[in-house]
Amino acid sequence: MSFENHLLTLLIFLPLCGALLLCFLPKSLESKFQSLALLFSLLEFILSLFLLRTFDSSSHLLQFAQKVLWIPSLGISFFVGIDGMSLWLILLTTFLTPLVIFSSTVGQHIKGYMACFLILETAMIGTFVSLDLFLFYIFWELMLVPMYFIIGIWGNQNRIYATLKFFIYTLAGGVCMLLAILFLVVLHYDQFGTFSTSLLDMYSLDIPFHPQALLFLAFALAFLIKIPSIPFHTWLPDAHVEAPTGGSVILAGVLLKMGIYGFLRFAIPLFPNALHFFTPFLVTLALAGVIYGAFLALAQKDLKKLVAYSSISHMGLILLGLLVLNSHGLSGSVFQMLSHGLSTGALFLMVGMIYDRRHTKEIALLGGLTKVMPVFSVFFLIITLASIALPSTNGFIGEFLILIGAFEKNPLYAILGGTSVVLGAYYMLWMIQRVLFGPIQHEENKVLQDLSWKEIATLIPIVIFIFWMGLYPKPFFQKMEKSLDYLAAHYERYDLGIYEKKQ
Amino acid sequence: MLSTLLLFPLLGFLVNGLLGRRLPKVAVSSIGCASVFISFATAFYLLIDFLQSPEGWREITVTLFQWIPLLGVDVSLKLDSLSLLLVLVVTGVGFLIHLYSAHYMGDDPSLARYFSYLNLFTFAMLLLVLANNLLFLFIGWEGVGLCSYLLIGFWFEDAEKAQAGKKAFLVNRIGDLAFLIALFLIFTTFGTLNISSLKISEVSPDQLQTLTLITLLLFIGACGKSAQIPLYVWLPDAMAGPTPVSALIHAATMVTAGIYMVARLHFWYLLTPFSMTVVATVGIVTALFSASMAFFQNDIKKVLAYSTISQLGTMFLAVGIGAFSAGIFHLITHAFFKALLFLAAGSVIHALHGEQDIQKMGNLKSKLPLTHIVFLFGVLAIIGIPPFSGFFSKDEILWFAFNKNPLFWILGLLGALMTTFYMVRLFALVFYGFAQKENKEHLHEAPPLMALSLILLALLSLGGGLIGVPHSLYAFFNMYNFLEHFLNPVFVSQLEVTHGGLNEYSLMIITVVLTIATALWTFLTFHKYQEWAEHLRIKCSKIHTLLSNKYYIDEFYTWAFVLPVKKGSEVLLKFLDKGTIDGSLHGLGKVATLSGTGLKFLQNGNIQSYALGLVIGTLGILLYIWSTLA
Repeated sequence: MSFENHLLTLLIFLPLCGALLLCFLPKSLESKFQSLALLFSLLEFILSLFLLRTFDSSSHLLQFAQKVLWIPSLGISFFVGIDGMSLWLILLTTFLTPLVIFSSTVGQHIKGYMACFLILETAMIGTFVSLDLFLFYIFWELMLVPMYFIIGIWGNQNRIYATLKFFIYTLAGGVCMLLAILFLVVLHYDQFGTFSTSLLDMYSLDIPFHPQALLFLAFALAFLIKIPSIPFHTWLPDAHVEAPTGGSVILAGVLLKMGIYGFLRFAIPLFPNALHFFTPFLVTLALAGVIYGAFLALAQKDLKKLVAYSSISHMGLILLGLLVLNSHGLSGSVFQMLSHGLSTGALFLMVGMIYDRRHTKEIALLGGLTKVMPVFSVFFLIITLASIALPSTNGFIGEFLILIGAFEKNPLYAILGGTSVVLGAYYMLWMIQRVLFGPIQHEENKVLQDLSWKEIATLIPIVIFIFWMGLYPKPFFQKMEKSLDYLAAHYERYDLGIYEKKQ
Repeated sequence: MLSTLLLFPLLGFLVNGLLGRRLPKVAVSSIGCASVFISFATAFYLLIDFLQSPEGWREITVTLFQWIPLLGVDVSLKLDSLSLLLVLVVTGVGFLIHLYSAHYMGDDPSLARYFSYLNLFTFAMLLLVLANNLLFLFIGWEGVGLCSYLLIGFWFEDAEKAQAGKKAFLVNRIGDLAFLIALFLIFTTFGTLNISSLKISEVSPDQLQTLTLITLLLFIGACGKSAQIPLYVWLPDAMAGPTPVSALIHAATMVTAGIYMVARLHFWYLLTPFSMTVVATVGIVTALFSASMAFFQNDIKKVLAYSTISQLGTMFLAVGIGAFSAGIFHLITHAFFKALLFLAAGSVIHALHGEQDIQKMGNLKSKLPLTHIVFLFGVLAIIGIPPFSGFFSKDEILWFAFNKNPLFWILGLLGALMTTFYMVRLFALVFYGFAQKENKEHLHEAPPLMALSLILLALLSLGGGLIGVPHSLYAFFNMYNFLEHFLNPVFVSQLEVTHGGLNEYSLMIITVVLTIATALWTFLTFHKYQEWAEHLRIKCSKIHTLLSNKYYIDEFYTWAFVLPVKKGSEVLLKFLDKGTIDGSLHGLGKVATLSGTGLKFLQNGNIQSYALGLVIGTLGILLYIWSTLA
């Protein structure tokens, strides 16, 4: 009982402890830093598996909740809990972090690099489990700090520009959100006479339309920047190009999902009327993002930029699934977040593997790699196919559900969103063609080494999940179903209680 | 039992795909062939089982597990007479082609990759055929597309071949998008994607319009997979793949998936006459159009490719007029003779060390006697000379067409004659005529394994028609129409025609006589009197150029679709993404920097100026308070 109640807190702070421990170790142990970080992240993963096991999928209520008063005079508490929406995102985080740490090939300042990822994990988990607006805001901004350093220290030539752009952009969104949170607190005081920052209290607020619209916009801006939706997307390609491999994986795999999660947990249930009003605009942004991202991916000459723009396109589709607010669209959206996290994460890992060997991401300098790196090619092809939603891979399930949800809302949405089926295949297969196929035209490519066992070991878990989720997605849906159905049915009068375990 | 059908090709794929590089070549090809053979044997056993059981019992449904519970989609398989026939063709013809490949591809360093793809293809195709759920069918549908992509670009080092693979996949994806939209419509209208449930679900009159849309969208999907206008452009390029692949995927099996799908969902097409007309029209137009493109092609495989498109058009004509079992009949005979033609062409290409240009061939009759004979069988079958298989199936389609609308019959006959022209031209130029110098030496006839599959397929092309002897010839062959009988439980209702009338015999005779006349004329033109051919070419030089350039359709598509997308994306990147969006961001950044520099003078450390600011500020506030009081 008590252990389960502290589980989330443990999940949040375990990586941070690891990071602290790393900081106090002497430099003479440098060779052990990576293993130690890996150990912590694996422990974290095992803990999260325990979370998965004990999660009761028959309830939409908040489970593993823990509430500790923090600043009583302002009603701020350390309040955490999860439901079906956040469960899988936590798992995604704890799954990708060890992979990133394991596969890291960073040569300098290993201690700092590892510590950054562990702190980042703390912040990410914290964001997903916070049920207190103030706490949420802290974790939300905390994510920026390690990422800022990861790009700024271990990045490529133009890293300072990229990391600054990333930081300022996200911070600007965050500040808007902070103002909105303060407004909500005041509003709560007006209506109930007490200070509170608890999300559950906020759900019961009665907000008139005008302030609601403003508040919604403030939250939505923060989330749209994070997703990123056009026209707020230009920080992403720059950040990806400059970030080290691990940074890109976490950025694409988890950080982008924060935006969608923010909508699910905050923007939609808190401001349903404003959402109704803005839905047409947001849907336009989402659909435009799907098509625009795909077009721009076609024009890219840099491998990482191509994948980054493909992310923008995919995230547009995920946003679409969210906005149609029916059970198919929402399930597809959450499922697709997981698939996208895995397949795009893996794509970035593999681009990193090319970069480690060839020291370029320029597509024109590659070509014919299948000849020298057959194993690499097989993995690259599988992951690309998952990314273009080939049936039997995870990408297909998510995409199909999103589109069918969109179709139920408005057939035109599904048709426009469906263009990604063709365009996505176009840019991805064209990339494959230019990278893997054709004759080898550059001498340097003739001597490239195929994947090492370590690299294969990094990719295999991802490939397993690609097919598992594609062929037998039932367990994944089972755990999220209740929460999403509840959201779809009750978002206009949303109210979440705390789950009491039946004895 | 049903799972066994699927299991072995899948196992073959996994074993060859994962371990193939370490196995000896004999093991690789044995595994590849054996897995398909086991499937075939199983299917054959099921056929006997079906024949022994009463008509109503000839159906097996197996549900393996829930796939997407949210949509009620299960992984479920259904075997009935229709799918069983297709399974037999896929595994039977497929096995012969696997066998042929064992030698044809024997020297290729990537033999294991080849066989694993081929087995994966067989698996996906069986999935497509056996699926009892449209979404599950879609796995097979896209799976065969994937294998086609991989096998067209099998020799990936050749940039052109990789390009052809991508083109095939993309054009198919356009069709697939329509297919997906159809699935959405079906799901929102009927609430299920299970084929058995859809078959029995009631369609109210006001749903007919939606149903028309659904069937049309599905047909667009079929146009992609089965290479019909306007999505046929990928198939000729697909000939970049190894020849056995062209035989298996791009002639005998995968490209017929569209026809299979329409036949599978015939209960809807019967309700939507408009869609049926569209199917039949697109079919016959494609048949004629692509036959004309085959006229002056000089690549032996391209001629066969256009011929495949044309034959598929004929099958669509059949299903479009409601003659479903005739369409399936032609699908089966076509699988026999077209696989034969491709493999025989492969044997020629093999003998000539990769030469595919028919202008560089000629007089191979004596050098490759076996190939010559089997190719002749193939030609006779495709142009429909009795008693070769093509005669029966084509004749049945023509007879149904005549009953539906005599115009269809005339066009169908025209198509048959056009087919005769280009096939006999091909045959004459390759095996007769004058031998070119360079290919006199090192010619070798097909080795035993290849020969075996050629001979078996030749026999099937000859005798395969007997499974569907028309009623009118019942007395002559003393056989009833087995196929129609066998398919009877599947197709609830078909176009009703009377058999055995005077009309039928006379039409049959007209067709055969005209075909023979055309064949003789063509043979003489391209064999004995080449000056006729020269004369013809000069006289119709404009048409000749137009046809050999395939009406410039590829160029048009590039100009109308591919270029705008590519150029558009570059323009967007340059002007919108970098110019406008990033430009205004940097503008904002500059404003911040500039205002920072501009306001720097305020913070100059001079106490007097701070005091001045203080005084001015205080005065301002006082002024404001005073104005509000007053």
